[in-house]
Amino acid sequence: MSNETLSIILFLGFVAATLAITVWASRNTKDATDFYAGGRSFSGVQNGLAIGGDYMSAASFLGIAGLIALYGYDGFLYSIGFLVAWLVALLLVAELLRNSGRFTMADVLAFRMSPRPVRTAAGVSTIVVSIFYLLAQMVGAGALVALLFGFTSEFAKGATIALVGVLMIVYVVFGGMKGTTWVQIVKAVLLMTGAVLVAVLVMGEFGFNLSSLLKDAADQSGKGDAFLEPGLRYGTEEQGLEGKLDLISLGLALVLGTAGLPHILIRFYTVPTSRDARKSVLWGIGIIGGFYLISLVLGFGAAALVGSKEIAKENPAGNTAAPMLAEKIGDIVFGDAGGTILLAVIAAVAFATILAVVAGLTLASSSSFAHDLYAHVIRKGKATERDEVRVARISAFVIGAVAIVLGIYAQRLNVAFLVALAFAMAASGNLPAILYSLFWKRFNTTGAVAAIYGGLGSAIFFVTFSPVVSGSDKALFTDVDFAWFPLSNPGIISIPIGFLCGWLGAMLSKERNAEKYAEIEVRSLTGAGAESATHH
Amino acid sequence: MSVDKSASGTVYERFQGNTEFQELRRRFRRFAFPMTAAFLSWYLLYVVMSGWARGFMGTEVVGSINVALVFGLLQFVSTFVIAWLYARHADRKLDPVAAKLRTAIEADDSGAPETAEEAR
Repeated sequence: MSNETLSIILFLGFVAATLAITVWASRNTKDATDFYAGGRSFSGVQNGLAIGGDYMSAASFLGIAGLIALYGYDGFLYSIGFLVAWLVALLLVAELLRNSGRFTMADVLAFRMSPRPVRTAAGVSTIVVSIFYLLAQMVGAGALVALLFGFTSEFAKGATIALVGVLMIVYVVFGGMKGTTWVQIVKAVLLMTGAVLVAVLVMGEFGFNLSSLLKDAADQSGKGDAFLEPGLRYGTEEQGLEGKLDLISLGLALVLGTAGLPHILIRFYTVPTSRDARKSVLWGIGIIGGFYLISLVLGFGAAALVGSKEIAKENPAGNTAAPMLAEKIGDIVFGDAGGTILLAVIAAVAFATILAVVAGLTLASSSSFAHDLYAHVIRKGKATERDEVRVARISAFVIGAVAIVLGIYAQRLNVAFLVALAFAMAASGNLPAILYSLFWKRFNTTGAVAAIYGGLGSAIFFVTFSPVVSGSDKALFTDVDFAWFPLSNPGIISIPIGFLCGWLGAMLSKERNAEKYAEIEVRSLTGAGAESATHH
Repeated sequence: MSVDKSASGTVYERFQGNTEFQELRRRFRRFAFPMTAAFLSWYLLYVVMSGWARGFMGTEVVGSINVALVFGLLQFVSTFVIAWLYARHADRKLDPVAAKLRTAIEADDSGAPETAEEAR
């Protein structure tokens, strides 16, 4: 049996299991709390696994290992921002959000403010951030099928994007948060198991000596010691000061973006208490941190055993490093059959990874559309729960369909920058609004609206005129050039703008509401009045 | 619980002024704010040095393991340690006070609407 056949069988097994979960979840999804927040009945450990499953995208799994395999140390540097970011979520956001919100990010912002303008802004931001992130994942799925199975035709890529889209729609529409969470849990377990297996085999090959793995990787890369030092990918010496500022900008966006990503924030609502929210972030940090440490071994292992040049020949972005390493180490340790099996396993895991992440993103954006825009803005809070959930399901369907069409259309475009952009937008617009709402008494509606639109808008504005959109051969549009902003990540400018807009907006408006601030402050810290788990 | 029921304002305003709540808030902020400043500075130092102190970062420590790798791994260590310290702080210093206040507020507030969301 070829690795492609085996991989497809394993992947179909995953699909069958997750569809069974979805059927079970749909029978247990009765009201809005079930649909949006999984009945708030997940344990801290379960939600911690789901956080890992939601957060570790294919960009993390294949992308970071690939970056390390091609550029050495800089890939590792990239992964560190993704991990440290979780401390912002742990210390400042997770528990307070769990105590004061119900279903969406906007719940916390609208708590003290005039609900309609704030929910509109937060809903728009949630949908824009999630769809950009979603689009990058969908296009990634199309590229992955070509890499893993050798299906290079446009039709095969389009069909894969459509299949991924249809599955994610099914998970979200029928399974809601319960189904999505279980898909993410299963994926996290599979991903960790697969990655640990390959990493242990690789370390065994080097006598569990990290130094000798690194030495071989540096030798094989053809770049020598520079491969083990920063500077081959981000802020290279040729790029000069601009390159280094871009590195800082990316670092800021990664570390501050996580706690403003809507699909991450809604995970905190799925547990019964704020203590469980804390516990789930602790588990999430353990899993995500462990995973990036494993990626270090996978990346350098791929460089040492497969060789950077071989990987770059297969895929210039290095995305095949992890699957190629799996095949190689399987060959070395167990012979040819071992290589085939291990490659098939890793390829199937990569698809499971994409599915879990896109389902989380679709759920976040459809929840926000139904709960924020439909129920509170359009229907002015008069929609029944049944109506709301019906609209959430319809919007999941529509958002999924839009993502399929855009994904197919964009598959020839370079949309990899959308992930970093989503982090920059979340850090610039959502994070200031959330932090000011929770901690600043003077904050008000104008401030919240200004922070979100100012941060989100400036991030999009600067990226539009950056080298990732036009004016370079790796840009979204390669045949035009309207780039004048030198950095590819807008964070270093747009994050301060977001915080500044929030402050200025709040200061310029006369609106104050000490009573509501007292309520959010007392409730967020004590958990009084927080919604508890539902039981059926 | 020493809350003056004759005081004006909502139940939350009364509890906001309560000394035990003030203590809870102080304990939370005294840990979370300086710690956030500390880990963000520590992370930015790492990123800045990766950009501007490459000679130093490339210094070998043991075999092929250089300062850059050790510094990067220390970011993992610090993240795990801070997460553990916060969990311990919250368990010991925050949760007991928060639980006591929550019970008192919910007893006091039993006549009022259950959540703000529903009241709106």
